[in-house]
Amino acid sequence: MSKPVVATTSLAGCFGCHMSLLDIDDRILQLIDLVEFHKSPVDDIKTFSKMCDIGIIEGGCCNSENVHVLQDFRKNCKILISLGECAIMGGLPAMRNGIPVKECLEEGYLDGPTVDENKKGARIIPNDEELPMILDKVYPCHEIVKVDYFIPGCPPRADLIWEALVALVTGNELKIPYEVLKFD
Amino acid sequence: MGNMSEVVKKCVNNYQKDPARMLDVIRDVQAELGQVSDAAISEIAGQMNVSSVDVEGVVTFYHFFSKDPVGQYSVYLNNSAVSVMMGCYEIAKAFEKEAGCKFGEVSSDGKIGLHYTADIGMNDQEPAAIINGVIFTSLTADKVKAIVADMKSGKAARDIVKEFGDGKNQSELIKSMVKNNIQKKGAVLFAPFSPGSALNKAVSMTPDEVIEQMKISNLRGRGGAGFPTGMKWDYTRQSPGEKKYIVCNGDEGEPGTFKDRVIFTEIPEMMFEGMAIGGYAIGADEGLLYLRGEYMYLKTYLEDVLSKMRQAGTLGKNAGGKQGFNFDIKIKMGAGAYVCGEESALIESAEGKRGEPRNRPPFPAQRGYMGKPTSVNNVESFCSASRIILEGGEWFAKMGTAQSRGTKLLSVSGDCKKPGIYEIEFGTTIQTLLEECEGRTAKAVQVGGPSGSCVDKTKFGQRICYDDLATGGSIIVIGQDRDILQVVHNFMEFFEEESCGWCTPCRVGNQLLLHKLEKVMHGHGTEADLKDMEQWCVTVKSMSRCGLGQTSPNPIYTTLKNFRGIYEAKIQKGKDFVSEFDMAAAVKDSCAVAGRKPNVEGH
Ligand SMILES: Cc1cc2nc3c(=O)[nH]c(=O)nc-3n(C[C@H](O)[C@H](O)[C@H](O)COP(=O)(O)O)c2cc1C
Ligand code: SF4
Ligand code: SF4
Repeated sequence: MSKPVVATTSLAGCFGCHMSLLDIDDRILQLIDLVEFHKSPVDDIKTFSKMCDIGIIEGGCCNSENVHVLQDFRKNCKILISLGECAIMGGLPAMRNGIPVKECLEEGYLDGPTVDENKKGARIIPNDEELPMILDKVYPCHEIVKVDYFIPGCPPRADLIWEALVALVTGNELKIPYEVLKFD
Repeated sequence: MGNMSEVVKKCVNNYQKDPARMLDVIRDVQAELGQVSDAAISEIAGQMNVSSVDVEGVVTFYHFFSKDPVGQYSVYLNNSAVSVMMGCYEIAKAFEKEAGCKFGEVSSDGKIGLHYTADIGMNDQEPAAIINGVIFTSLTADKVKAIVADMKSGKAARDIVKEFGDGKNQSELIKSMVKNNIQKKGAVLFAPFSPGSALNKAVSMTPDEVIEQMKISNLRGRGGAGFPTGMKWDYTRQSPGEKKYIVCNGDEGEPGTFKDRVIFTEIPEMMFEGMAIGGYAIGADEGLLYLRGEYMYLKTYLEDVLSKMRQAGTLGKNAGGKQGFNFDIKIKMGAGAYVCGEESALIESAEGKRGEPRNRPPFPAQRGYMGKPTSVNNVESFCSASRIILEGGEWFAKMGTAQSRGTKLLSVSGDCKKPGIYEIEFGTTIQTLLEECEGRTAKAVQVGGPSGSCVDKTKFGQRICYDDLATGGSIIVIGQDRDILQVVHNFMEFFEEESCGWCTPCRVGNQLLLHKLEKVMHGHGTEADLKDMEQWCVTVKSMSRCGLGQTSPNPIYTTLKNFRGIYEAKIQKGKDFVSEFDMAAAVKDSCAVAGRKPNVEGH
């Protein structure tokens, strides 16, 4: 039987969840035995060329590109997992959700303390057609597409990611000690 | 600036810089300055020697305090479910047209501020509003026009009232347009009562004998939870400590109840006497009435009742003529917060803090107001206690059902011809009540307010009592033409707003539930969304710290059970998932500010 195929991506996240995935230490060798990686920052494959079994999403959706990547993952993966707080609830980036997007952009590009004083008048908000369009707020993944599983944490502990993945791939029951899921 | 600090100084000194009077200080500052700005907050903190954060915490907790100007005339229009049924939003439009500003704003001259507020205890005469503490009921567009004209001409809010309600509402010290609407009198609350008689009889007995009578009566607390009053008094009596308190819970915040308002207006002596009886039983020399901010219009009148009771010897030194029993009652005002009805939150609030519930144990009976053993009881419970002492526990226990003895005041409102107060014997069915209040065409009845349950026609044979349909007294009749999901939505918005925010299941869970409900209402729901809601309801109910969170999902929870068809009709059957996400709407603002044309297809 061929190995299950896994794809991963980071949307509006900080890559911390991917770092946590790598934090499984030497179990990474077992992981390579267990699954095959497809489109993912791990192996730098950029486009889907086949149907995958598991798609792992880090980060929520803050721009139009995030939405399209997420929709692409839904199309090409049988099972979709939201990994970490940003994917599940928007996380840190969603702190802007209470502020109108206009104010955010103006603060970032026109008026903020990091904008060069001398060039203030000449600054613009980036508007190149090539750039993704910013959404009015940061959306959790499951508001855009159907998500099958959620692995909580910021980032989720390596042990949790490992146990969850192994359980999913082997079909064995997921047994996680309380401490691995407890956050305060 | 100089003026502000003078005002603060005056207000602070009026209460001897006592931190327990923080709400009073803030209320007075707000009344004088029309807001409690950051500068005023620091000034209060400095002068009272507490931290600014503590003061700000209080200012931002209560509806009637505001950091921003609320207007020289601050209009608080009730937008709870029944007010909406009775045309609240039409009235809102009339206010906006006449005042020249929107709700949530203050008119450009700073004169009129328009604000929404949660239920104000006037469900039998909606739409209703509070303007500078004065109640305006049964509003119409014409009335609004006249009211705004009077405000513009500078009349005091009190002088704008032209018609007065019935009974004591007409008395010199109330002079309010509120109506009592007592529709049915029973043997306990609204039978004749001669002031002084109950306490006189109580003090002729020993405290233990008083508690014994209460236990025989089987009176269960009328505030909603239904804890046996005799047992609560017994626990508090037995708690170690010299100093104890008896507290009357007059917060009456559950949307749809207004019975306490009528008790305050018509039979306050009976209630205060019940407090004195409770004080005698548990060994307290001080009683507190915590009165919700919305009932400020009754404060002067109630103070006067208290002073007359002192003159008559019912309160004060040797109260009720009992040598050595010195008992008096003070009134503490709330400032608009539903959660302050929860007894430990009420105690926090009475101590001058944010009204956040405490961890329990210790229970108030062990450590309550100012850390002393305290019995908190409902307004109606105290009135019932007075009657029980007069007539005996056995007499009382003969009425009602096995688990629920005596009579209960119901506050009936919504789609019926005779809204108002009904004193019924426990065990009365919903159907009987609907006949009496002429709400026969109801398709649903909300029993116990938003935190209670929404009952459908097939269950109108159920009885109102703890063994069947428990209620603190709020009965909302929902007629044929009403959209039940709108009502559910209104209730969920209420809980989302009133959650004190301390625990995540309640703070976040109610918001998630509300959004999920909206998704379904917009036609974007699926079977999976209904399942999610069911699960989340259970999580919020079981994981929340206080009664608010433990009951807050009930509007959704009970309608998913009793009115499943309404939800089924809204969802997209057979679909796995439907998204509410709308790319064009989501990128509109950012593209506009960047000056680019949205390209929804190409990206
Ligand atoms: C959110 C919340 C609001 C409440 N509001 C009231 C109220 O307005 N009046 C009241 O008497 N009890 C209210 N209660 C119940 C009180 O906590 C307490 O049980 C009651 O005052 C005790 O009096 P009783 O035994 O006479 O009913 C509320 C409880 C919760 C959780
Ligand atoms: S959940 Fe935490 S670790 Fe993961 S992407 Fe978000 S911020 Fe980074
Ligand atoms: S359940 Fe809600 S209201 Fe009660 S303590 Fe928790 S957050 Fe506050």
